[in-house]
Amino acid sequence: MPMAASEIERLIKAAIPDAAVTIRDLAGDGDHYAARVESRSFAGMSRIKQHQAVYAALGGRVGGELHALQLETAVPQPETSQ
Amino acid sequence: MTSANDRIAELVNNNDVVLFMKGTALFPQCGFSSRAVAILDRLEAKYETVDVLQDPEIRQGIKEYSEWPTVPQLYVRGEFVGGSDIMMEMFESGELQELLAAAA
Repeated sequence: MPMAASEIERLIKAAIPDAAVTIRDLAGDGDHYAARVESRSFAGMSRIKQHQAVYAALGGRVGGELHALQLETAVPQPETSQ
Repeated sequence: MTSANDRIAELVNNNDVVLFMKGTALFPQCGFSSRAVAILDRLEAKYETVDVLQDPEIRQGIKEYSEWPTVPQLYVRGEFVGGSDIMMEMFESGELQELLAAAA
């Protein structure tokens, strides 16, 4: 069962309240998404831990209900001059 | 009888670089696994692959072993490195090359 992008964003924000979430539907089928998640809570965490925090927020849906979630995580930079 | 956990521990500890993937390096069965193989080949890495599609016990077991819900998964010297997204980020930043050079 495909998942709506808004639902993915809602679940991530419920677990990581300060998260800035950007989601792209890669295939237009509601089943292959790319997400970028920025949160200050990621500071000091390894990439693996950051991704695990997002997977945990999605409560076991990744790899199951949600076939593929291409994931990019980051700590927001103070000077957003990009 | 060996548990999936023991078999995985043996695989990651007895091989410097191991990729758990869907399919084989020559015939990857999933875009993400294909991407992981392409990155390792690009870096001319020497690596072993484990096809989880041929082994349901490993397929389920590796998710628990790494606390990671998806395949592919890369291990270098017994340490979990990440999936294809992390591999790509580390490839682009040059970190993966360093890690693999140290493993060679």
